[in-house]
Amino acid sequence: MDASAIIFYLISAFILGTAILAVTSQKIFRSAIWLLFSLVGVAALYFWMQVEFVAAVQIIVYVGGVVVLIIFSIFLTHYSGSEMPKPPLKRILFSLLAVLFGFSFSYRIIAGYGFNAATTTKPFNVPVSAIGEQMLDTKKYGFVLPFEVVSMLLLAAMVGCIVIAMRSVPKGTSVQKQAAPIGANDGTNKLIPETKDLVIEDKS
Amino acid sequence: MSIPLTHILFVSTALFFIGTYGLFTRRNLITMLMSIELILNSVNINFVAFNKYLYPDKLNGVFFSLFIITVAAAEAAVAIAIIINLYRNHRSIDVEDVKEMKN
Repeated sequence: MDASAIIFYLISAFILGTAILAVTSQKIFRSAIWLLFSLVGVAALYFWMQVEFVAAVQIIVYVGGVVVLIIFSIFLTHYSGSEMPKPPLKRILFSLLAVLFGFSFSYRIIAGYGFNAATTTKPFNVPVSAIGEQMLDTKKYGFVLPFEVVSMLLLAAMVGCIVIAMRSVPKGTSVQKQAAPIGANDGTNKLIPETKDLVIEDKS
Repeated sequence: MSIPLTHILFVSTALFFIGTYGLFTRRNLITMLMSIELILNSVNINFVAFNKYLYPDKLNGVFFSLFIITVAAAEAAVAIAIIINLYRNHRSIDVEDVKEMKN
């Protein structure tokens, strides 16, 4: 067992341990922090597999974006030290049984499959220039169409987020009505019919 | 290469089922979203590992994991917008408390 193998087992133990803590911790903020550690461990696994670009994207998007978003929403919806109620024992027991069964099933399948090794002996290195060229290639094996589709998806998700999370104003109470006493001339006579007469009387 | 492919697959399978356990036991929307993130990460590990070990002359697994990361980020943003809207209407983000669309 050489150093690379030891590093791999350390990284995997780190990922799995922090992931278990993330799904079992009763305080929601600690759970988010354990999730952050687990995602950093996955990025370290990408570094170990020598795909530095995916590791960088993982750190930027997950650690810098998604976890920060989750922590913001925790602060918006919870008191920061509050504990969640424990799930009932029956639910823990049965979901543990289901998960262990699923894991052992997949373990048996993976261990017995026997993957045939790579046909080429070319070493696996991923330069960022190759990723960029193939990503924006319009010929065969180019990924420009999914790239554009995913950019439209991001735009739609952004607009959708704004529309969903926007506070809807109840009917009758317009936003402009609050600003009416400051500049009480042109903007108000559309909103409040009573003041229209007053404005006209002032002018005459 | 000292580590066989199956060991990386065991790690990602374990991560997937840890996420599934969280999805089964939690009843809070934010923690369920965190479990979904764990599941998507395990899928990404699988794609990159298959690309590295079985087809080292191609890049398709890397592209798939990049697109999955993008879609996961969009999904997390929309989910959090829905969660905040739900909290504003119900003062709670527990899935047992929301009964509008039942019966």
